Amino acid sequence: MAVGAPVVAEVAAAAPRPARVEAERRRIDLGSLPLNVALVLLTAVWIVPTLALLVSSFRPRFLINTTGWWQALVPPFQFTLNNYREVLDTYSIGTAFVNSLTIAIPATVIPITIAAFAAYAFSWMRFPFRNSLFLLLVGLLAVPLQVTLIPVLQIFTRTGLTGTFLAVWLAHTGYGLPFAIYLLRNFIGALPSDLFESAEIDGAGPVTAFFRLVLPLSVPALASLAIFQFLWTWNDLLVALVYLGGSPDVAPLTVNVSNLVSSLGQGYELLTAAAFVSMALPLIVFLALQRYFVRGITAGAVKG
Amino acid sequence: MDIVRITFLVGAVVLVPAALIAYVLVTDLGVRLLPPRTQPRIRPWLWILPSMLAVTVFLIYPTIATIWLSFLDKAGQTFVGLANYGEVLGDGGVLVSIRNNIFWLVGYTALVLVFGLILAVLADRVPYESAVKSLIFMPMAISFVAASVIWGFMFAYQPPGAPQTGTLNALLNLFHGSPIAWLIDHRTNNAALILVAVWVWTGFAMVITSAALKGIPEELLEAARVDGATELTVFRRIIIPLLAPTLTVIGTTLVIFALKAFDIVYVMTSGNYNTNVMALRMYQEMNNNHNNARASALAVLLLLAIVPVLVFNVRRLRFQEAIR
Repeated sequence: MAVGAPVVAEVAAAAPRPARVEAERRRIDLGSLPLNVALVLLTAVWIVPTLALLVSSFRPRFLINTTGWWQALVPPFQFTLNNYREVLDTYSIGTAFVNSLTIAIPATVIPITIAAFAAYAFSWMRFPFRNSLFLLLVGLLAVPLQVTLIPVLQIFTRTGLTGTFLAVWLAHTGYGLPFAIYLLRNFIGALPSDLFESAEIDGAGPVTAFFRLVLPLSVPALASLAIFQFLWTWNDLLVALVYLGGSPDVAPLTVNVSNLVSSLGQGYELLTAAAFVSMALPLIVFLALQRYFVRGITAGAVKG
Repeated sequence: MDIVRITFLVGAVVLVPAALIAYVLVTDLGVRLLPPRTQPRIRPWLWILPSMLAVTVFLIYPTIATIWLSFLDKAGQTFVGLANYGEVLGDGGVLVSIRNNIFWLVGYTALVLVFGLILAVLADRVPYESAVKSLIFMPMAISFVAASVIWGFMFAYQPPGAPQTGTLNALLNLFHGSPIAWLIDHRTNNAALILVAVWVWTGFAMVITSAALKGIPEELLEAARVDGATELTVFRRIIIPLLAPTLTVIGTTLVIFALKAFDIVYVMTSGNYNTNVMALRMYQEMNNNHNNARASALAVLLLLAIVPVLVFNVRRLRFQEAIR
């Protein structure tokens, strides 16, 4: 939660300056060999761990236990899909995948919808305590989840929601809202005010302005936010661990895989396969929508 | 089963937003029945109501309740003053956790900032910048649980003589070093855990630093170079000071994360071998020991550690609002 919220505005201040002459810059520096070597080496160090995982997840158990993953890169190539078959059949990784989806999708859609309402009100409506309430939200950005766990768990237990997806959706909604409202208000608040004035002259009420103007114009911000919230909720361990109560029927991938780590110990042929299943969707989302993701973090385009 | 689940999911995704949109539409119809002058006074509250309700139930009320619980006994009945805090701070395990959080705070924050800065500056000078940035940034998309599996495998340890399948120990072998049990050895285990988090988060710092770097006008750097400044001087005297505000802001985000560190420690060591941290210790008190009083005291200590950052964030925002 609360990834880089205040960063958004900070970078926005730096971003709109004129872009520099890229070609010239490259001409000066391309010749330096140590620079290129250092950079390629650093990048390699960064991807080796993931590569090791991916390669190992396709290797048979007896090889994993006796040889390094790098030995799979030279002939004879011995790869297998058995590890994936086993984690799906025996360790209910498939169910966990569906559970993760069931958690992450509503836990993304619900907070973004209500955050958009609030962000619009905070940007374009006048009401007492508007700034104080917004500052309160910014303060809440930093509050650690741990402070909320016990009372919220008590509420869920009293209402019989512990162990249900609804509990996790609601919790993620509450926890995700401060950042969602913050990001959206920065964007919606930066829309030109003539837009709303002319809409009002045309007789459009706030509801029409919101659905016809604000939402369509905010698609880039909504997209960034959706990616963030989806990745947070998909990758979350703590909230699921506490409010879902450990039943495998509802456990998402993070809970399932962390249980596998403690029960399998060194069974890396299965752990790597299970971990890769848990990474696949976020990686696809990331690779496909990287532009929005990066934009959400740096938000160069968000606040003009 | 699956059909039921899919129906459930589609229902949640379609019906819940539909209900929320209906809420806005219906309440607005209600507002329009009011005299025109009162309408703008009522309307904003209806728009922020769902958010405020959720934030109150899941953040504000629980925070206050936890502070209150931290002053009660284990059963939550009797007021015991600061007894829980005394108990918690007198516990050697908790003190180790506090020490480890300080390791995290310093080591993790510094390394992420430094790696992020180095990568941003270096990548800025090559034509394959975007490829480098994508690859470094990629770990941000995966969970700490998956990152823990990835690195558990990197740190894998076999006794000397057995084939080392873990990448790091195999490298040590190559240079005739004896293998290290990275996650158990007290000299390395905290650093090893922190390294995993650094690996995940460096991309975050790099991307933001890089965006700020692109905002520095090229003429400024060029002028310094013309005046005979070396690349190192340009970096130290111009780039670093101009990036300082951005680095500070990234730093605050990292500090919050370092104090809340949980997943990696939970998965990789369960807090054993002197690697525990406050957030995990709090979870253990709550979940394993069923001691809500001590767990609350630990959570409040965590909150207290974060308050300075929280105040800093709010102040910054007020400043921005003032110049808006």
